[in-house]
Amino acid sequence: MKTKRQQSKDEYIATKSMTMIQAINDGMKTVLENDETTLILGEDIGKNGGVFRATDGLQEQFGEERVIDTPLSESGIIGASVGLAVNGFKPIAEIQFMGFIYPAYDQIMTHVSRIRMRTMGRFTVPMVIRAPYGAGVRAPEIHSDSAEALFTHMPGIKVICPATPFDAKGLFISAVEAPDPVLFMEPLHSYRSTREEVPTGHYTIEIGKGKRRIEGNDVTLISWGAMVPLAEKVAKQADAKGISCEVIDLRTLYPIDHDILAESVQKTGRAVVIHEAPRTGGLGNDVVSIINDTAFLYLKAPVERVTGFDVPVPLSSLENHYLPTPQRILTAIEKVMYF
Amino acid sequence: MEEYPLKQIIDEQGNLVDMQDRDRIHKELVENGYYHMYRIRTFDKKAKSLQRQGRIGTYPPFEGQEAAQVASALALDSDDWMFPTYRDHGAMLTFGADMVRTFLYWNGRVEGCVPPEGKRIFPAAVPIATQILHAVGASWAEKRKGTDHIAIAYFGDGATSEGDFHEGLNFAGVFQTPTILFNQNNGYAISVPFERQTNSKTIAQKAVAYDIPGARVDGNDFFAVYFEMQKAIKRARTGGGPTLIEAVTWRVGAHTTADDPTKYRSTEIGMDVVDPLIRMERFMKNYGFWDDAYIQKTHQQVEEEIESAVKAMESYSKANVEDMFDYVFAEPPKQLLEQRDSYLELLRGQ
Repeated sequence: MKTKRQQSKDEYIATKSMTMIQAINDGMKTVLENDETTLILGEDIGKNGGVFRATDGLQEQFGEERVIDTPLSESGIIGASVGLAVNGFKPIAEIQFMGFIYPAYDQIMTHVSRIRMRTMGRFTVPMVIRAPYGAGVRAPEIHSDSAEALFTHMPGIKVICPATPFDAKGLFISAVEAPDPVLFMEPLHSYRSTREEVPTGHYTIEIGKGKRRIEGNDVTLISWGAMVPLAEKVAKQADAKGISCEVIDLRTLYPIDHDILAESVQKTGRAVVIHEAPRTGGLGNDVVSIINDTAFLYLKAPVERVTGFDVPVPLSSLENHYLPTPQRILTAIEKVMYF
Repeated sequence: MEEYPLKQIIDEQGNLVDMQDRDRIHKELVENGYYHMYRIRTFDKKAKSLQRQGRIGTYPPFEGQEAAQVASALALDSDDWMFPTYRDHGAMLTFGADMVRTFLYWNGRVEGCVPPEGKRIFPAAVPIATQILHAVGASWAEKRKGTDHIAIAYFGDGATSEGDFHEGLNFAGVFQTPTILFNQNNGYAISVPFERQTNSKTIAQKAVAYDIPGARVDGNDFFAVYFEMQKAIKRARTGGGPTLIEAVTWRVGAHTTADDPTKYRSTEIGMDVVDPLIRMERFMKNYGFWDDAYIQKTHQQVEEEIESAVKAMESYSKANVEDMFDYVFAEPPKQLLEQRDSYLELLRGQ
């Protein structure tokens, strides 16, 4: 099997306006074209093109041998991917919704994340596990979970969560090319909410680097995935009140970019972390720790967290009360401003 | 599979396959079966139309599976346990679930998970195959308590690929629990056809591996399902352990209102062949059970019930924010109460 030489970064000139779901689809197309060892497997991803159409047209183009409808078995998908990965293939496994990843948790926790360590590098299982996550689209029960902290706490797997179409494709290709397993969380709420120009060819974005979305001086808002557009929106509202917010999109949740947090919070002296997962044990706590480690003496107020509550994501009639709201974020911003 | 032939009592044209079964079929059973199938069919149609109008959320229709759901539920006693999936609200309604609450569930209300007082209906399982083990456990408890109550687990063809299915059958076999493992093989798990789901020719044959009785029935034949259920229930109540029943049926519509089956399913089986209500109607006409006055009265009664349930659903009191916090624990921990109170205070300040 051959891996086609990757195009140099300069080779992409052409861009196309894409939604996030189109960008992810295009990313998969790019890696399927470039690397014959890649294959995609999951439930309803072939003929149906995925329940969100993420894999639309891929089976048609690349055939049933590379874009594979599996039996309905999440543990099966991930466990079989371990075997495929250790034996020359690069599986891209789709878990239909993050709330359905739990049957595969055993495989990820006890095998995917540990094979390299347990064999001192003799065996490795590079793979990408794609999982749409998050609430806010009135989906049925269990379809709205945001379980990143279960995986950032798991040693041996990287966790990525893009917020924009451009980042989604570039980070996805990096994830596929990474030597280690990656959980690639896709904010389903953002799949079709915006478009931007995305290069049509091969490009990568470095894993482990955050991005400053809005520059500001008074408060740093830190978030990822579907919460990034919300943070941007609230930053504008705060701006109207004379509070200048800097918005940081972490993009990679493990390993977190310490430098971008340190630099920003050292400048602003105030921070609000926003995530939709429950508060206790949430990744926001790691962000607070990093700020303590890197910017404690610059802080003008304790760091605030605006998160989902410590409850299971409620059924859709109450999901908007579960999710962070502009009002809760603004309240937190004012709290750190007038501490 | 020779070992698991498809059992039929009435064929597609509504004729008895074996005239000896004529004596087992009484007016009350026929009318009860027809009434419930018509009732849940009408519910299902209404739900689909409400979803299209944006009056409820995503909805998984069960059209085509009415015989399997109604006959299995009618064979139970009121003290038995039911562990349904998200597509089994037809069975739930037949077994005594509240219709207003069933509509509420599909409108994103947790009240829809709560069965009427005393009704042992577990909330529909949204993950796949997980509920099979719950039914095994609940019926095991009945066995340990020395009752003759049983539990039924509903699941689809896709569920047989999950580990929990196999673990459930194994536990049921090892502990000889009074469990009915009721499979509705409706041909598709979202987009994946049965023949791509498993290399087994039937689901019933999977019982062999666990050494429990298995049966394969025409799931569009109300009587075939009903009599097979009776047999399995009798065995369960008298210490004979679990039974796997495969009811072969057909998902007429989409997986849910969010998908388009023409994208992945090219062959449609004509309603003339698969529709369990048409078959029941034919049977009733063929054997003198069809009574225009009764039918008309039944239709009118059902339509009134459904209209009034929709009204009640739409005029139901607003979802209560506190419910999200207050039912997580018997006694909410302090930090959860703090989260609740500060959010409620914020809402009041709006």
